Parts: sequence; C-alpha cells; structure tokens
Amino acid sequence: MSTSVHDAAPVAPPRLRWLKATIGAFNANKTSWAGLAIVLAVILAAVLAPIIAPHDPLEQNILSRLQPPYDDFYLGTDYFGRDILSRLLYGARISLVIGIASTVIAMVVGSLIGLLAGYYGGRFDIIVMQAMDILLAFPSLILGLILVAMLGPSMENITIAIALTSIPSFARIARAPTITVKERDYIGAGRALAFSDARIMAGHILPNIFPEILVMASLWLANAIRTEASLAFIGLGVKPPIATWGGMIREGFENILDSYWLVLAPSLAILVVVFALNVLGDGLRDAIDPKLKGER
Amino acid sequence: MSGPVLSVENLQTAFRVGGQWRWAVEDLSFDVAPGETVAIVGESGSGKSVTALSVMRLVSAANGRIQGRIALEGRDLLALSEEEMRKVRGNDVAMIFQEPMTSLNPVLTVGFQIAEALRYHRGLDAGAAKAEALRMLDKVRIPSAKTRFDNYPHQLSGGMRQRVMIATALACKPKLLIADEPTTALDVTIQAQILELIKTLQDEERMSVLFITHDMGVVAEIADRVVVMWKGRKLEDAPAAQVFNTPIHGYTKALLAAVPKLGDMNGHARPLRFPRIDPDDGKVEGKPMEQPDTVQAAEPPLLEVAGLTTRFGIRGGLLGRLQGQVHAVEDVSFNLRRGETLALVGESGCGKSTTGRSILRLVEPSFGTVRFGGRDVTGLGKSELRDVRRDMQMIFQDPFASLNPRKSVGSALAEPILVHGLAKGTEAQDRVAELLRKVGLAPEMHVRFPHEFSGGQRQRIAIARALALSPKLVVADEAVSALDVSVKAQVLNLMLDLQAELGLAYLFISHDMAVVERVSHRVAVMYLGEIVEIGPREAVFSDPRHPYTRKLLTAVPVPDPSRRALRRELAVDELPSPIRKLGWQAQPTELVEVSPSHFIRQPTEAGRAGTA
Amino acid sequence: MGPGSPLRSARDDGVRWKWLRRSGQPLQLLLQPGGIMSAFLVKRLGFAIVTLWAVLSLVFVVVRIVPGDPAQVILGDQADAAAIAAMRTRLGLDASMSEQYFSFLAGAVRGDWGVSLVTGRPVIQEVLAVLPWTIELTIVSLAIGIVIGVPLGVWAAVNRNRMPDYVTRIASLLGLSFPPFVSAIILLIVFAIMLRWFPVISAGQGSASAWFQSMALPALNLGLIMAAYITRVARSAMLEVMQEDYVRSARAKGVPWWVVIWRHALRNALIPIITIVGLYLGILIGNSVLTEIVFNRPGLGKLIVGALNQRDYTMLQGMMVIYTLIVVLVNIATDITYALVDPRVKLS
Repeated sequence: MSTSVHDAAPVAPPRLRWLKATIGAFNANKTSWAGLAIVLAVILAAVLAPIIAPHDPLEQNILSRLQPPYDDFYLGTDYFGRDILSRLLYGARISLVIGIASTVIAMVVGSLIGLLAGYYGGRFDIIVMQAMDILLAFPSLILGLILVAMLGPSMENITIAIALTSIPSFARIARAPTITVKERDYIGAGRALAFSDARIMAGHILPNIFPEILVMASLWLANAIRTEASLAFIGLGVKPPIATWGGMIREGFENILDSYWLVLAPSLAILVVVFALNVLGDGLRDAIDPKLKGER
Repeated sequence: MSGPVLSVENLQTAFRVGGQWRWAVEDLSFDVAPGETVAIVGESGSGKSVTALSVMRLVSAANGRIQGRIALEGRDLLALSEEEMRKVRGNDVAMIFQEPMTSLNPVLTVGFQIAEALRYHRGLDAGAAKAEALRMLDKVRIPSAKTRFDNYPHQLSGGMRQRVMIATALACKPKLLIADEPTTALDVTIQAQILELIKTLQDEERMSVLFITHDMGVVAEIADRVVVMWKGRKLEDAPAAQVFNTPIHGYTKALLAAVPKLGDMNGHARPLRFPRIDPDDGKVEGKPMEQPDTVQAAEPPLLEVAGLTTRFGIRGGLLGRLQGQVHAVEDVSFNLRRGETLALVGESGCGKSTTGRSILRLVEPSFGTVRFGGRDVTGLGKSELRDVRRDMQMIFQDPFASLNPRKSVGSALAEPILVHGLAKGTEAQDRVAELLRKVGLAPEMHVRFPHEFSGGQRQRIAIARALALSPKLVVADEAVSALDVSVKAQVLNLMLDLQAELGLAYLFISHDMAVVERVSHRVAVMYLGEIVEIGPREAVFSDPRHPYTRKLLTAVPVPDPSRRALRRELAVDELPSPIRKLGWQAQPTELVEVSPSHFIRQPTEAGRAGTA
Repeated sequence: MGPGSPLRSARDDGVRWKWLRRSGQPLQLLLQPGGIMSAFLVKRLGFAIVTLWAVLSLVFVVVRIVPGDPAQVILGDQADAAAIAAMRTRLGLDASMSEQYFSFLAGAVRGDWGVSLVTGRPVIQEVLAVLPWTIELTIVSLAIGIVIGVPLGVWAAVNRNRMPDYVTRIASLLGLSFPPFVSAIILLIVFAIMLRWFPVISAGQGSASAWFQSMALPALNLGLIMAAYITRVARSAMLEVMQEDYVRSARAKGVPWWVVIWRHALRNALIPIITIVGLYLGILIGNSVLTEIVFNRPGLGKLIVGALNQRDYTMLQGMMVIYTLIVVLVNIATDITYALVDPRVKLS
C-alpha cells in the first residue's frame, strides 16, 4: 500500500537465478530427474564406448555366431559372430550424433523461421507458414525416406533429411509464443524506445520463448532418434558394417524365428532412450506451460 | 419478513499453494436479507470473489478448503453432499461472472444453455424448457428472442451475452443471485444498462443479490448494504449511505478518498492531486492540492495532429486478400502544448488507443499529419524516427505485461540509455538510480526482477523507463486502468508531480470519465474513430454538447448513494462496429465551435441534406 | 517461469484483433451473404490444391537433383551409351525442363504416372492394387486409437494428479516412445511366435477370420501407438477446457458433473483433438510403412520400400503423388469434421 520503499532483500545474481529456475522446473515433476539421469548415462556410455566395450564392434567371430548371452559376450553375438553389447555401445554414438545434430539444425532453422514469421506477421507469415504446413502435413517418415534414398544414406544426409522433416514443427513451436509475447506491452515500449527489430527479437522475445523451444527440442530429439532407427530398419541407415541400433534390428529380424533375442537388446535400447527423453521433456513442459498454471 | 436468505458465519476459505494452505478469507460473517442487495467491495486480493465461490461451493475440493457455516434459509450448504449441493446451484442460488465473453459455452446455442438449467432442476421436457427459455430471453430484454434462441454465443455482443447469463441464472427463480463483477468487463454505457436490468429483475422476482465489485461507483448505484473487505477480512458492514458518508475504518476512508467522483472538479481550474490517507488510522495526510499551472500557452503547440486516419485491413482467403477495413481512427485533429494533459476518452473500439499508437507510429497511420515540435513525424525514415522517439514515449495499461520478465529492472531502465548512447558505465547506472528515485522507488531495487514487484510498483517502473530518454510527450494508454483504486490514486499523483517537475505533456488515454476529469486540462471524446467533442475540461464536463458525450456522462456511476440516478430506462443499445466493407465512405462532418475552444462534430450542411 | 499475469488473456491479441473481438459479431457481418463457411471451405480447398501442386513440384525437383544421371543410376555403371540414351527417352529426360515439368503435372492429374521400371506395369495399377490394404489398415487403426485414446484422456484429465492420471500418462508416454517396428516385432514375437495365436505371415483373403487374423496384429500395433498420441492430446485439451469460464458457468448452473464433462468440456476439447488427430494421421501413415514390413503385409509401405531398393524412380514419383493425395484428402476431411463440431465455423 505504501508508496515508500520496501527493504531490498538480497537477490540471487542472474546466472544463479537461471539455474534455480531450471532446477525448479525439474522439481515440478520429479520424473524429469529420472529421465535426465538415463539420458546422461546413455551419453556417457556412448562417449566411453571405446573404453568400456568388451570387443571390437566389427570383429567377426565365425565360431561363435548367433550365440545367446555367454562368457564375455554378455548380450550374445549376431549372425557374423560380432559382440552385441559392443555394437550396442557404438550404435548409441550414431543414434545420438545424428539425433542431436539434426535436432539442433532443425531447432535453429525452424525457430528462426517461426520467430521471423511471428514477429513480422502479415503476408510473409501467411505464406511461410502455409509452406510449413504443407511440409508438416506430409508423413515425415516417408519424406525422410525419399530424401535419404535420393541423397544416399550417409551420416550427413540422414541428419539433413531428419532435420528437414522437423523444421516445420519447430517453426510452429516458435511462432505461437512469439505472437503472444509480441503483443506484450514491453515490446511496444521497446519499439517506442526505438529499439531495432533485431534487438527486440534477440533481446526481448527470444529469451522469453527459449525455454519452451528447448523443452520441445528434448521431445524432438526423441523423435529424431526414433526416425533414424526407423530409416536404418528399412535399410536407409548408415551403411553396414557400422553398428546402428535400427540396423541391428534389421539384421536380427532375419533370424527372428530362431534367435529373437538379437532384436531384443537394440529394441530395448531405443525404447529406453526415447522413453527417457520423452519423460524428461514432458515433465519440463508441464512445469513451464503457462496454460495449466493458476488452477484453482 | 423472516430471517435472512443467506447467512454466512465465520467463513474461512483456504487454498493450497505449493504445499501450504493460505487463507483467502478469514472469519467472515454477514447476512443477506430477503430482497436485499449486499455489495462486497474490496481491492484485488481482498477475498471478495473467493467468498462468492465459497457460497456456491465452486472452490476445487483438491486445492481448496471451506470452513464455517453458510446457511441458505437456515440450511447449511457446507453440510450438503455434492449431489444435494448441485441441486442448490442454479436453482436456489445462481451466479453470474465477470467475463461474459468467455462464460458461455461456444459450441452450444444460447437457448440450449438457458433451457439446460430448467431441464435439470425443473424436469421440464425440451419443448417446455424452450418456451420458458424464450420467456427468459424476453425478460432480460433481448430483442427478437425467437431468432436469438438458436444463436451461438459468438454471434452476440458482450452486453447481450451478459443478458443471456442473467437469463440462465434467473431461469429457475433463485432466492439469491450472486453477481461477481458482472459489469467490469463491459463499457460504461452497457454497464449502466446491465445494472438497471439487474435492479429491475430483482424487484420483479423479489430475490436477494450478493454483488461483488471493486467499483465504488457501482456499489453506490446498486447496494442496500455494503461489506468492505481487505486481505480476506471484513472491515465494515453497514447500510450503503452510512459507509459512504460516515465510514468507520481508516481503510474505507482511504479507499473513498482515492475514488474520483464525477463533478468533484466543479470550480477547480487545474488538475487536482488526490489526498493521501493513512489506511490504518484514516488520517488525511495532505489536502488535495490543485496543481500549478504547467501549460505553456504562449509557446507554439508541441504536438499538432491533423486529419489523422488509421485503418486496418482485414485479410482473409488463401493469399490474404483485403476483405474489409477497421476504420479505427478517422480524421482526428488536435493540438497539445507543453505541460498540458489532453485526455482521449471513449468506449472500447472508439479508436483512442490506436490514435496514441499512430502518433508514435507504433502503428502506421493511413493519412494525416503528425507534427511534433514543428517536425512532420509521419514522413520520417527509420533513423530520424529514432531521434523523435526520444522525445515521445508511451506507458501502457497492463503492469504485468509492460516489463520483460527476464530482465532485471536495472537493465530494463539502462537499455534505452545505452542504446541511444546517452550515457555509459557508471554514469548510466547513476541515471537508473535517479530514475528509480524519481518514481518513488529505492535505487537499490535495480537488481530485482519484475515479478518481485506489485502492480503499482511495476507501473512506476514503466513510467521510469518512459522517462529514461527525457521525453517531452508521454502517451499514457489506460496507464492506471488495471490498478487498484488506492494504487491508482498514487500513480496519478506521481504523474501529476512529474508533469509539474518536468513540464511533460500527456496524451491521457482512458475510458474512466472520473479520472479524466481529475487529471486533464482538455478533453477529447471519441466515438467510432472520430473526435465528436473536444474542449477545455470544465466546458466538456459541465456543458457537454454532443449527444454521445451526454450519454457517456450520465452512464458513469457516481460513488455517492444519494446521487443514485433514477433512470429506469431499459434501453438495449449496442456499440456499433468500426468494421466496414471496402470502399465505405463516411458521412461528411465538420467541427463546430460551441463555446470558446469547445468544438463538437456535426454533419456538414451537405451531409445533413443528404440524409434528410 | 513465464509471466502468469491474470490480464494475459485479455491482452494477448493485438490492436487489430481487439476490434474484431470486442465488436461482437466480427467476420460474419463482413462476409455475408454466404456466411463464413463458404469462405472457410474455399480457403481449405485452395490450400489443398496448393499443397498438391507444391509437393508435386518438390517431387519433380527432388528426382532431378539426385546426384548423377538417373538413367545411369538405374542401369548401373556397366550400361552402354545407347542404353542410357534409350532410358533417358523413356524417362522423358531429353525434353526441356519446363516441358518435363508440365507433362509431369498433366500426367499426375490425369492419373498417367508412367510405368514401373521394374515390372513394366503402369504405376497407377500397381498402386491401386495395394491401396485398399493400406486404407483398411489405417482406418481400423485410427478407430482403435480414437476409441481407446479419447476416453482415456478424459479420464486422466478428470483425475488430474491422481493415480489414474499418473498411470495413463506413463502408459501413453511409453506408447509413443515405441518405434513402430519395435512394437510390431514385440507383438510378433509374443503373439505369433511364443503364443502362436496368429500366423507369422497370413494371406488375409477369403474368410472373415482370415481377414481378422491378418488385420489384428498390425492394426493393434498402429492403433495402440495412435491411442498413446490421442490420449495425451485429449488429456491436455480437456485440462485446458476444464479451466474455462464456461465450464464454471455450467457447474454454477447445477448440471450433473458428467454432463459438465461430456457435453460442456469434451465438446470443446474435441476441436483441438480433431486438428491434431488430422496431423497425426501423417505419423500413422508413416508408421504403417514399418508395420507392413514387419508383418509382411501388402500395402503402400511395402511397395515404396521395394521401389526404393530397386531404384524404381517412376514408381517413387507415383507413390509421392498418392501419398500427397491421401494427405490432402485427410486434411479436407479434418476440416469438415472441425466445422461440424465448432459452430464458429459454420457450414452454410
């Protein structure tokens, strides 16, 4: 009520505030921590693959083909006698690199498109977003499939194809909050103060929509990993003999009738990673979704 | 008469916030007698709406807790099972809400929504319920009820929707109607109609009304008895006249002192500060002082607006073709001097906000000239506009949206100074500290973030930001409309002080006639994008000449029960829409001087001949 | 995080939209006669045609930016110059770009999509032969998804932050974490290999029980994944709607709680659900490719993968056209359903 000053309580410096907010978002739905732990563990395993893998993932061992788990082949061997556990560890690298690279590309390009379309509005917005909608409407797996088939299944091409299929989603994700934030009065005030469009977008809009984009990125990373595996399963993955999870399932599928454990390990690996990412992203999204706040 | 219809005893309502229970209402007791209107009045956070929801038991069971006794004709509502309570809602007690635009279900017809209550409570079949619903539509004076019955809510205006809400609420002839800020979202002329309607129906149906509001004017207009609430507690409970004339509690006195009354300014030539009253003991801390004469009448005008017109295209279709236009601002002209406050008043959609934004070129005007300090602003390029914008700033309505939540107050205030190269490093920090001091905040607060401030404090920060570039003109777009009464008075005082200190010119955009009367030197009334009347404040308020101005002024509720208007006219007017088809031409009009510097807009000779 | 201002909703829209909303009867007044729906349908149809054209053009470009001469790629490195020239003529590659483009568009519209480079039969015949299989599978899966997903989502929303909600959320997250071929393989292992309830490969022709046997596992696979998606959409749509003022009005009116949920809340929640289900059909169609491979079921998926492996370019072009057509038709169907549910988009 009073016009005078309240005592200035000590306030955390900006960087720590950011960290506190992040921890708060994780705490809002504690399963996010579990998701994060699993994702970090998988990343660690992938990074340390050369150290912790018991065998060379490409080393063929004709004498011990299609073995169920035994001795130091903890998860058994495949048709060529290669160690499944080692292939799994190395496969994680491919999945993560393609997944993260394509998600980052899609996030940067898509968010930029969405930010510009949302900020400038008008015909530019209508036309750009209609193009995005067209891409969005098309089954992304089939689009990715055609692109990889046309470009050739190299790691870069697969990354680009997956990135292309998720750009429209990021454009949509970034555009909606941009439009909301754009109408806030502090943007109007910024324009009245003669701030440039670039300053307003980078300094005032982006920081406010970034958490939302980042959370969506974790969900799209899950999707990218799943798409990469699907492409590999169809036969459009990184070329054999390099180990990929989707490729391992594809090879194992040929022996499904007698040794179905071949597909089990890579299937579970994909499932666990994708599920962990989804749990992580879903929990965070719940925490930052303003629409579900202030519930009586 | 027998006992009270509603008797609330020791009501306590708590909400769970982050694992902790917080009291929203504490130890509240009051009665509502048959046929009586009791108003619960208070500022935000006073617990008035929670009280209403508690009576209806619409507080969520998971996160809310209600204790005490709420007796409806002796029957304790808190002791009922959920199913029994359901039979009370809409039947014995009905409720209408603040936002008529969102309170009706968009996918069900209006008629169905009225009939629904009848079908569940009265067991009527579809035909009988429809007949009764049609009768209710007539009762709330909705024209051509038969066609309206099959309308969907989006086909009705806000005022019409609130009438439908009232029809729904009254369909089962409840003993008690709870109205939670039912007119707050409506324009003042529509508000007057709805208040009249509630009063009339109350007499016809002999029901009691529990009216929740923050607006002392509305209280004076409608209440028999007033309960004043503050921070969840009851401070005062007395007949309306007594509360207004001899308030007991200091807070009530402070509240009443902070409410501007239409007509208070008779005999005052210049804007008047609000007195400060200590809310604890009710002592007046300073007489209302008239402001010094700040208007630089001798200098040429600071701002000259001529023929300003702003239209928005409405686009549709595949490639966004132009399909119509919003004629937001049509041929607006006025001057503004240094140190002068010109108020732009009008109802929603009249174009007052767009006028302000067009002058700053936050929206691009379609035609007309805006000269600022003798320089035409409309033709300027980007870099020249940048210079001009140092001298023209804007403050906005919503204190929660006017500051970037991710920037500390210090960096928000420093940013314009740095961008415009006015100062650097510690000098910039000094300036920030000075700005904060100027708007009555402690310089140490610069490290804080917006969410750590109250609404009034945020609005002070927004004012400080506008002042960062030392402007000559400030456009204040409903700058105090979202603030609570007492905070509003303080911010208005601040604005007046700043005007006296810095010689600022204000373009004061507002829908609140009483506030406008208090703070402005001159007034322009806008209607459908045009200025229909403009002149010195005293002339416009004491001698309004344009019929729309008169209508607007009579519709304003005055916070004085003895001046309660005996209108009882149940006109059903709507605000016309400024959306026109392409190629629409306005009827030619001209401004006519009716007294010195006091103009009203009239059709030209030719225009009159055309319509005659 | 995020500004939770109580005034937010009132200020979200710009100056322009403030006009439209406050003036009560916004666009209808403007667009009469004919009402808004004619405009809406025309707009959506226009969008469909543009989509079709854009994707066709994309296909045309993609096929032509493939590194190397398609004829060379098709025939392999050993082919002689004459054979390549013949192949170029056969593919229509010796005409000018614009000629190729227009004859491609005209052919696409007429249903003349060329002949398969592998079988020599017209592409359209090959496509039409397997199309019913895919459509049938998609429709049954979609039905399973809706029948399971919508009630489950409503149930979870009504019990927010209680046991049913937690269980539903975890289950649906798990469901949409499954790569469709992984879940298909697991179904195959469990029900066909271990339990032997269904044959590993089934013909699916003839009797109703044969149809059921060939349909059950693939449709269950796609349907459950779809249900996971729909549950989540339905849950969040319901949660949002249940905070709306009109739901509070309905409760204040004293209608029974199930009427509040099913009539007042779900009717409104259906609007976003329909939109998103329309989008998810793309995912469903993509997933059907993988499902058809695992269950060795005829359909567009098997056809396209075969064409990819054998570098059957004309077939691929045709496949793209048929997929685009499906997407466009799904879009129109979504729009019409949407208009049926939301009176603000009225069918004239």
